[in-house]
Amino acid sequence: MTSAQEAPPTTSRYDADERGWFGDFGGRFMPEALVAALDELTAAWQDAMADPAFVASFEAICRDYAGTPSRLYEARRLSDKVGARILLKREDLNHTGAHKIRNVLGQALLTQRMGKKRVIAETGAGQHGVASATAAAYFGMECTVYMGAVDVKRQALNVARMHLLGAKVVPVDGGSATLKDAINEALRDWVSTVDHTAYLFGTAAGPHPFPSMVRDFARGIGDEARAQCLEQYGVLPDAIAACVGGGSNAIGLYQAFLDDEDVAIYGFEPGGDGVETGRHAATIHAADSGVLHGARTYVLQDEDGQTVESHSISAGLDYPGVGPQHAHLAQVGRVTYLPITDAQAMDALALLSRTEGIIPAIESAHAIAGALDVAKRLGEEKGPDATVLINLSGRGDKDMETAMEWFDL
Amino acid sequence: MSASTSTAFEKARADGRAALVGYLPAGYPDVAGGIDALRCLVDSGCDVIEIGLPYSDPVMDGPTIQAAAQHALEGGVRTHDVLRTVEAVAATGVPTLVMTYWNPVERYGVPRFAADLASAGGAGLITPDLTPDSAPEWIAAADEHDLDKVFLVAPSSTDERVAMTTAACRGFVYATAVMGVTGARTTTSDLAGPLVARTRATTDLPVGVGLGVSNGDQAAEVASYADGVIVGSAFVRALLDQDDRAAGLRALAALTEDLAAGVRRA
Repeated sequence: MTSAQEAPPTTSRYDADERGWFGDFGGRFMPEALVAALDELTAAWQDAMADPAFVASFEAICRDYAGTPSRLYEARRLSDKVGARILLKREDLNHTGAHKIRNVLGQALLTQRMGKKRVIAETGAGQHGVASATAAAYFGMECTVYMGAVDVKRQALNVARMHLLGAKVVPVDGGSATLKDAINEALRDWVSTVDHTAYLFGTAAGPHPFPSMVRDFARGIGDEARAQCLEQYGVLPDAIAACVGGGSNAIGLYQAFLDDEDVAIYGFEPGGDGVETGRHAATIHAADSGVLHGARTYVLQDEDGQTVESHSISAGLDYPGVGPQHAHLAQVGRVTYLPITDAQAMDALALLSRTEGIIPAIESAHAIAGALDVAKRLGEEKGPDATVLINLSGRGDKDMETAMEWFDL
Repeated sequence: MSASTSTAFEKARADGRAALVGYLPAGYPDVAGGIDALRCLVDSGCDVIEIGLPYSDPVMDGPTIQAAAQHALEGGVRTHDVLRTVEAVAATGVPTLVMTYWNPVERYGVPRFAADLASAGGAGLITPDLTPDSAPEWIAAADEHDLDKVFLVAPSSTDERVAMTTAACRGFVYATAVMGVTGARTTTSDLAGPLVARTRATTDLPVGVGLGVSNGDQAAEVASYADGVIVGSAFVRALLDQDDRAAGLRALAALTEDLAAGVRRA
C-alpha cells in the first residue's frame, strides 16, 4: 500500500493540450458549422471552472439534489472471499441510480450560465436520457432525447421515465438504429439549433471540449474516493477499477489518481461473446485508431473505415468508440484495459448480489468481474490489507429484464 | 485527366453565369448505376461533379443522402469502388471531386488516398467534417499531388475562421449557407448572401453555395450572388423516387436541365 499523500492537483500530466489533444488522440474533427459553438462552449466551460461561485453551485446541487458524496463502502464478505480489501464507490446510490447525474447537472448548470433554454442528448440504454431529462426538469429546460429505434423498443421503461420527466424522445431509424446513430441525429439537430440549444453529451468522448469537460464534471467520483480512502484507511488503494464503454465513470474515477504512480489503474471493457468472436465492444483491446464522432480515438471499424456495430449485454457499454483520453492512457501504459465477457460480467452481478446484497448495473458488473481477479492476485502478493477500489457506477434495477432472461429467473 | 475545377468556374464566369455543381453518392443504386447517374449529370449540364463516398455515420447529411449512402453500403460498396467511379466520371473531362467524411480517408491512408485519387483523374476532395486546422496531413498530401482542397465555411464561422479556411482552400470554397444538414428546402436562406460576401472579402477563389436547391428558380436566385450552385439531395431524391433506372435517369436529366437553365438566367 501507498502512504498517504496530499490532495491531488486539479490537473494531471495526462490532460489534453489547449486544442484537446491527449497525445495522438482527441482533437476536433467536426463540421465548420459547429466549430463556433464548440469554441463558445470551451470558453464558457473554462470560465465556469475558474469561477468559485460556479464550482460551489455545482457542488451544492450534486450534494443536495443528487446525494453526493457517494459512500465508499467496504464489501467485507466479498473481501473475505477474495483475500483482499474491496472498496466500492457507491455511485449506484446517487439520484437516478448512476454516476451520470453528475455530468448532466454540470452541463445543464453550464447551459443555464450560457443563457440557453433547450438541451438535447443521445442515449443508448436510456440512462443518460433519463439523467438529461431529470436535469432539464430540475433547471426548467426543454429537453429532446435521441434514441435508436432498436433501443426505444428494448428500453421501454426508460422511455416512459423520460416522458414522465417531460422530455421528448425521438426514435432514430438511420444506420444501425442504436447509440452511435442517436449521436449522429443529435449532432444533426444541434447544427440547426446551436444558437439556443446545448448538447449534453453523455460520455467523455466526442470533439474537444467534451472529453475534458465531461471528465471535469464526473471527476468528483475519484476526488471523493481518494479522500475517503485516505480518511477511512490512512492509505491510498493499491489498485482502482472501473468499466469502460465511452468511459465517463472510469475517467471520473481515474483523474484524481493518475499522478499517484503507485496506484495501479484498471479499465474493464465489454468483451461481449469474447473478443475472438468479433462480437464485442472492447474498443481499446481492438486498438484500431480512427475518427468517430469528432475525435481521433480507437474505433471498431472495417477495412474501409466504416464503423462496425458493437455487441455487449450491457447497453451502456455498447459503443464502437471510446473517450480519447482512455486511448491515450492505454497507449502510454498508465492504465491497463482488459476485456470482460458478458458471461463473466453476469457471474459477477450474481456474486455481488448474493454476497453483499447489492445488485449492480451490468456495466458496473464488468468492473467487479475484472477487479476481483486483480484483488485475488494482490491479496496473494501483499496479504489481506491489499486494497482494491472499484467504482460501482450504477445500480441494476434497469437491468432486471436482462437478468431474468440470463438467469432464467 | 479532367479539366481543373478553377478552369470550369472561370469558363462559367466568362459566360456570365454561375457554375452548376452536382453531387451524387457513388454506388447508388449500385456502382455501375451510380456511374450512369453521374454521367447523366455531366451530359445534362453540370460543370463540376462531386462524388460522395458512402459512410456509416454521415452526421452532416439529411434523410435523403443518408438513405442512398446506407443503400450503397448495404450493397457492399467499397472505397476502391468510389475511386473506380471517379475514374469513369473524370474520363468525361468534367472536373470530378470526392466529398467524404474523414475516417474512410484516414483508414485508406492519407498519402495513398491522395495518390490514388490523382491517378484516377480526380480533381480533389471536399471534406465536410475536416477543417483546415485539423488537416495538416491532408493539406500536405493534396499539395504533393496537385489536388483541390475544398473546405467549408458556414454562417456561424467567424471572419477570422473564414479567412483561415479560404487561405487553405484550392479549387473553390464551399459555403454551407444554412445552419443544418443536407436536404432540399422550399425556401432559400437569407444567411447565404452575407456569407458569400464575407467569404469573397477574403479570397479570389470562386464560392459555391449549397443550401438545398431543388429547382431552376432557386438555382437562378443563388446564381445571382454565388459563383457556383451546389445541388445534391434533389438529385438523389430524383433517383430515389423512381422505381426503374431508366425513369430515374430521365428524371435526373430533366432536373439537371432545369437547374442548368436556372444558373443561366440569373
